[in-house]
Amino acid sequence: MSDLNSAMTERYHNSFLKEVEANVEEGEWVKMCMQCGVCAGSCPLGNAWEHTPQKLFMMIRAGKREAVLSSDAMWMCTSCYNCIARCPRGLPITHIMHGLAHYAKRLGLVPKNQPTAQFSQIFWDNLMKKGRVNELKLGLAIYFKDGFGQGIKNALANKQLGQNMMKAKRMNAMEFFGGHSIKDTGGLQKMIKKAQEIEDAKIQGNS
Amino acid sequence: MSDEKKFAGYICTGCGIGERLDSSQLEMIATREGKMQSCKQHEMLCSSEGVQMIRDDISSEGASHIMIAACSRRAKVEAFNFPEVAMTRANLREGVIWVRPDAPEHQETTQEMADDYIRMACAELRSLKLPHASGEQSLNKTILVVGGGITGMTAALESAAAGYPVHIVEKQGALGGQAAGYAKAIPTRSPYKEPRDTGVAEMIAAIEASGLITVHLNSTVAKTAGAPGRFNVDIATESGAVSNETFGAIIQATGFKLYDPSNLQQYGYSSSPDIVTNAELEKLVKAAAGGPVKRPSDGKEVKAVAFVQNVGQSSSEEGQLSYHSGIGDLIAIKQAMYFKDQNSDCDTTILFNNLRTPGAAGEDFYRAGQEKMITFSKAQVSEVVPGDSLEVKFQDLILDEETSMQADLVVLDVGMMPNSGPDPYAVPIVIDEKAEAASETPRAPTVTVDSILNLDYRQGTDLPHLKNGFTDSHFICFPYETRRTGIYAAGPLRRPMDMRQAQDDAAGAAMKAIQAAENAGKGMAAHPRAGDLSFPSFRMDGCTQCKRCTVECPFGAINEDEKGYPLFNESRCRRCGTCMGACPVRVISFENYSVESVNQQIKNVEVPEEFDEKPRILVLACENDAYPALDQAGMNGVEINPWARVIPVRCLGSVSLSWITDSLNSGYDGIVLMGCAKGDDYQCHFVRGSAMAHERMDKVGDTLSSLNLEPERVVVYEVAITDIERAPKLINDMAETVEKIGLSPFKF
Amino acid sequence: MAKKEVSYYPGCSSQTGASSSNMMRATQTMCDELDIQLNEIPDWNCCGASIGYGGGGELPRLTLSARNIALSEQHNPGQEIVATCAACWLSTREAKERLHEDANMFRDANTALNEINLKLNNQTPVRHMVEVLVEDIGFEAIKAKVKKPLQGLKIASYVGCQTNRPFGIAEESFENPVYLDHLIESVGADSIPTYEKKVQCCGGALAFSEPEKSQEMIHGIIEAAYDHGADLIATPCPLCQANVEIYQDQINARFGSKFNMPVVYYSQLMSVAFGRNSKDSALDGQIIRAKSLEEIAGK
Repeated sequence: MSDLNSAMTERYHNSFLKEVEANVEEGEWVKMCMQCGVCAGSCPLGNAWEHTPQKLFMMIRAGKREAVLSSDAMWMCTSCYNCIARCPRGLPITHIMHGLAHYAKRLGLVPKNQPTAQFSQIFWDNLMKKGRVNELKLGLAIYFKDGFGQGIKNALANKQLGQNMMKAKRMNAMEFFGGHSIKDTGGLQKMIKKAQEIEDAKIQGNS
Repeated sequence: MSDEKKFAGYICTGCGIGERLDSSQLEMIATREGKMQSCKQHEMLCSSEGVQMIRDDISSEGASHIMIAACSRRAKVEAFNFPEVAMTRANLREGVIWVRPDAPEHQETTQEMADDYIRMACAELRSLKLPHASGEQSLNKTILVVGGGITGMTAALESAAAGYPVHIVEKQGALGGQAAGYAKAIPTRSPYKEPRDTGVAEMIAAIEASGLITVHLNSTVAKTAGAPGRFNVDIATESGAVSNETFGAIIQATGFKLYDPSNLQQYGYSSSPDIVTNAELEKLVKAAAGGPVKRPSDGKEVKAVAFVQNVGQSSSEEGQLSYHSGIGDLIAIKQAMYFKDQNSDCDTTILFNNLRTPGAAGEDFYRAGQEKMITFSKAQVSEVVPGDSLEVKFQDLILDEETSMQADLVVLDVGMMPNSGPDPYAVPIVIDEKAEAASETPRAPTVTVDSILNLDYRQGTDLPHLKNGFTDSHFICFPYETRRTGIYAAGPLRRPMDMRQAQDDAAGAAMKAIQAAENAGKGMAAHPRAGDLSFPSFRMDGCTQCKRCTVECPFGAINEDEKGYPLFNESRCRRCGTCMGACPVRVISFENYSVESVNQQIKNVEVPEEFDEKPRILVLACENDAYPALDQAGMNGVEINPWARVIPVRCLGSVSLSWITDSLNSGYDGIVLMGCAKGDDYQCHFVRGSAMAHERMDKVGDTLSSLNLEPERVVVYEVAITDIERAPKLINDMAETVEKIGLSPFKF
Repeated sequence: MAKKEVSYYPGCSSQTGASSSNMMRATQTMCDELDIQLNEIPDWNCCGASIGYGGGGELPRLTLSARNIALSEQHNPGQEIVATCAACWLSTREAKERLHEDANMFRDANTALNEINLKLNNQTPVRHMVEVLVEDIGFEAIKAKVKKPLQGLKIASYVGCQTNRPFGIAEESFENPVYLDHLIESVGADSIPTYEKKVQCCGGALAFSEPEKSQEMIHGIIEAAYDHGADLIATPCPLCQANVEIYQDQINARFGSKFNMPVVYYSQLMSVAFGRNSKDSALDGQIIRAKSLEEIAGK
């Protein structure tokens, strides 16, 4: 158990809902769910979720901390925003899902090898390097996320796709060497570091 | 004005009547056949000029009976308002030209329809008298309010505010009723976020300060005799003293009691003092006086409370309520707020299955509860286990798992049951044995109750019930109207409701009571024929003491004297004529509506000979719903068969069987009767009239078979005012039936 | 028509050699024809898209977009920010709105921006190119520009998710937005009003991490277009375009289908209809060639 996780467990032992309110993006909305289930019925990957948003909200209210934070569910969000558009109570469900996912990651509770969790981190790291996403490296990083051998296999399986993209000039092998970048990468990194510090301090302060 | 009758006819040729119909022929029929001493045409009779023409005839020519052939009797009522004369209206517009196609091949039958309506109107007119008030009542402005809770106090204050003296009779030793025991009430004003003060103390103070309100505490109503305008009431106090007062009208506001959950073992209500009903919690909160709520068993501060919703309600099980009170979830939210507002860390959980927070205010209050971190769990509670800490076992219906929670106090949401008196019709008037045997529905818990009003009426001591013991108050169309004229039911006696609704209800009932007292003083009818001066008279020398009128009157207006003759109470009467329809010897009639006045219309329709192949269909349409529906059909251009002749009746209950037999005997080919919906969800404006008519018409089959006529020739329908397409279709269907089975053999 | 100048935010995938570089090209052509001048936000950065949340918390992600808005306010003052990528538009507009509503977050974002001497005023509207077309230019003006109507082409309008939700185009319904159908009709083609997958999710970023689940949805999107007899699918969103176009081989292998459905941008339709050639209309950027459009462009 990470230190932050133990600290949070200790502090909010009585109310996971309060922990979510204080630490999860848009978490203060969770209590306003009226359990109608429209989100569950509107989610394009609803059938792939272990727990629908409706259930996650109920679990939060029932204090099922471990089950929620180690759930695979919120990582199934495709960010289609259908739940937000339809929620009769106006809950920003997509953002709460992102927030829960991020909080679980922060506490080190994400299930091992959760592909979207991995991709999400790879994406973030990729964009932080140059300030812009390098699609080639992003793709390769995903193929090779489970080691070199698996990477070659993945790459071969998608060989045709890559060739098609290059032919259409929508992928460039040269991107592997440097590639697109903003001018002020240092500044951007400094700025984001500051933002992270502010956010970390807030959450540490809550622990 | 002399007593001599003078008959004057008027034919309007406006709105296309003149173009579609031969008005000189109509005029000729009115004078020759209809015996109108004069008949005038006008191109727009409802214009001020047309109306003035009639007015002049009344004042200078002495016209005492006028026949207006123009639009429907429901149109232009302000223009054609001549209260000083008897009047009939022939419906040439909605009833003829608007329901018939404007084409040469239809001209003949359309004109025949109009001719008949003129004949009918003239014939009816000759059998009418101008109604006069009997003078039986005088104005008594004092209102009796039975029950001194929120509803009763509001009714009293509202009546007093309108200048009417009030007496409140309250059984308990203080005013306030159930609400006096509440800590706070559900909010009634935006933003609907916080419980509000009940307002009971202010209301009591206002009543004490009012010079118009007399309060009888520890008192009950020992006897109620008389009628609106002259109710004679004995008020008995606990000590045995009886005082007598007279009232113009009565409001019953006897409220509700709560369902007793003792027999529902799973909730453990009897096994722990820490399992309480919602009303008992109010007392605990009141006792805490703003401090933390202490639980009854050991006085420990409550730090976790569970609200179990919908206890013994909306259930199909024996001994439970089949309905839901509707406000229990709002009460639970309010009560959970008691705990949250005192200690935001108090664990408050509302275990609901279907959360009902009606209205915009309810939704806002629900959200406010969520904002205060009240936990709402969709759950089915299976058991409450008593102990130092109570265990509430439930199935979580969202997470689909059996689970439980611990609580210091458990609050049961039990439903409201009306404080009605005994139902005078607990044993149905007309026993339908088949229906009785078929009904094996579980019986709701019944409590033997004492009479509340002790009415000295032929038909029982109290207001009739509708469903589940709630007092019948025509909740669909005419709230507060009961079947006892001048006695209005208000508050949770009528249906479950919250304080705000009860207050609105009380204000409405107060207005109705005032109206009833005022109308009674003028000898006028109450709703729905408000203002009608006619009342039934009984030709006693012909009466056979059969008691049908006293039994069948939906309003208990007719008592019996010691010999069994009807003893009529004019101001209890709603003028529906159900007694007239009931009387087998036809001794009951109104000055402006009688067996004869309708019979004359039936007889004066020209029934063509058989080889003319022009059938005649008699339509007796209730003036409250069916007749307006037919008018609407006319406005919408829906066609009605040209063989139909429509006669409006006050209520289907007023239909005399003699009209049916006489019209069959005189060669009508089919008869269509149209009344309002009957049964539990009745829309009959006179409650039982339509039902009585249906029952009576069951027997018409014998008449038909004795005449050797097909049973399909007489049909009875329930028609709503919205049946704009259906009502004409029912008539047209009869035309098809006649075509199929052939014309009546009784034509001459 | 006076030239309209906007502060343009093209986004990562629109860059040369990136997956929607073709959209960028067609957008430029379309804007030339409509007299819209695209002034790129200097040194713009990635918006974090809808998948950055794993690594980036709320404030870092909002700060990314805050930097772009601040740069736009500094270098393209008085100009509305206009994006062509659904995710770029969504992230930027979301950041603008949340920083507007949450004073603490606004303060914190500016603290971070202060590290690079930028300041966010947050007074700049953030719009989608489609809003510019529908609200500022108008369908009638677009019709008037058409030189080669796309007559006889039946086109399924695939709006997708993020151009439509949660903000969407004003006065459009979330369940059945019709502006893309109107655009299709404005350029002389036939729309398919009953195309039921119009706002179906393609899986978005999860096309990478959950390919099986995503391709099942994409399969449905293409199948419905075939069922309605569509010649093409048109979309406003770069990720929708890529997901629906480039995996058709894999989907055919997985589902035994024989899809070969071209998927193009509205800007490509307009460029062709405005009389521009295949190259200007970026038809060479198709993996599945849109031959019917190429024919019209070549006439």
